[in-house]
Amino acid sequence: MATTQKRTSDIIRVLVAKLGLDGHDRGAKVVARILRDAGMEVIYTGLYKTASQVVNAAIQEDVDVIGVSLLSGAHVPLFRELGKCLREQGAEHIFVVAGGVIPEQDYPALTQSGVDLIIPQEARAELIVSNITELVTKRGRI
Amino acid sequence: MTRAGYRPSHELVPLVLSGSRLAIARMISRAEGGYAEASEALAELYKHTGKAHIVGITGVPGAGKSTLVAALIKSLTQGGRKVGVVAVDPSSPFSGGAILGDRVRMNDAAEANQAFVRSMATRGHLGGLAPATLQAVDILDAAGYSPIIIETVGVGQDEVEIVSAAHTIVVLSPPGLGDDIQAIKAGILEIADIHVVSKADKPEAGAAVAALKGMLALGPARSGSTWASPVVAVSSVSGEQMDKLTATIDKHWKHLHESGELAARQRNNSRTRIFNTARHLFQQQFDERADDLERQLQAVVNRETDPQSAAHALLGWNQERSQREI
Repeated sequence: MATTQKRTSDIIRVLVAKLGLDGHDRGAKVVARILRDAGMEVIYTGLYKTASQVVNAAIQEDVDVIGVSLLSGAHVPLFRELGKCLREQGAEHIFVVAGGVIPEQDYPALTQSGVDLIIPQEARAELIVSNITELVTKRGRI
Repeated sequence: MTRAGYRPSHELVPLVLSGSRLAIARMISRAEGGYAEASEALAELYKHTGKAHIVGITGVPGAGKSTLVAALIKSLTQGGRKVGVVAVDPSSPFSGGAILGDRVRMNDAAEANQAFVRSMATRGHLGGLAPATLQAVDILDAAGYSPIIIETVGVGQDEVEIVSAAHTIVVLSPPGLGDDIQAIKAGILEIADIHVVSKADKPEAGAAVAALKGMLALGPARSGSTWASPVVAVSSVSGEQMDKLTATIDKHWKHLHESGELAARQRNNSRTRIFNTARHLFQQQFDERADDLERQLQAVVNRETDPQSAAHALLGWNQERSQREI
């Protein structure tokens, strides 16, 4: 019998997404695996998604967090678009976490677009897990 | 950004019925999480179910289930239908986490909102489905989705829980996995209303079709049915025969109605569901009363009581009743 079984209502669900023309998803897959090993349920969208596709998937899956990995340099307009889609669809309750290659000077612009957490590329696995867990548990389930 | 607070489940019911995707998705999570607060709302929604055609898709890992479902979504939504999908993938036995990858193959149709696709982890449940799969199907049914496709986890030979969860069972067999002896074994191949051989563009596909047809020639698997399970070979590479499969699924649904087999199947499915739910509740009861279990366990180990009496005590059955019933 499993002894450390979590209550199923506490399992965090994350949509790991790739936005726009960015074909590099090794990082996204590594993060997906890290989150899985931390006991989260991870839904992976695959490559080349538009913001509205990602938001539609996130709504249907009722995820707590959308994690977007971007290495294309187009993060500012893409996150703006993502934030807009979330608002239009009434899904602002879903947290947005950004990862990938994001220069610090762009952080304010992303935060303004509704990004809740930016994870720098040098972040260790434990930090990614603890930051996401904290984000979700602090608010609690809605 | 503004964040909404917890919205009670009974407020979600009318929204689910009117088709709000946010409400449907949230309601599925509540069922999945076993929220006590949601049970009344789920009971209310159940009254609105029973309209949808439930199609189960099962097969070994890598058979092409998700790819087939993606092709089916495309073919069915073109006909203007609201397609629901519940796709099950395994949870890790170690961390409890899961990677739900079925969506990768279903993107186009699902993300364009012609269909509602929900990924679900097994959360420790064996048999091919997740504990809340049927509740998710109910919610989609109440919201007006039909058909609703259940995609099981990649199964072995004996995980046939889907048989009492759906109206039409599609068993997907990739070519090159076994010979005609494999095809006459009991288990998964017996449950098919429709056999589909995937990857029909591969040269071994013909042999797989022949082996299945050979098995079917020996007689129908399900007693009491006049339906003869067809074998359809499909290829998602060439898009071959996908319309034929859709037509065959519709034909089976029509057959269930016309032959009167639908009522029997629904009755049987409901019976299994009540039984499984009761079993799940028993399990929960045991888990919640770990102290009682420990006490009984110690008593059994010390030979102060026996396993039978301990089980009765845990279930709250008194001795007189159990004497009478055994």
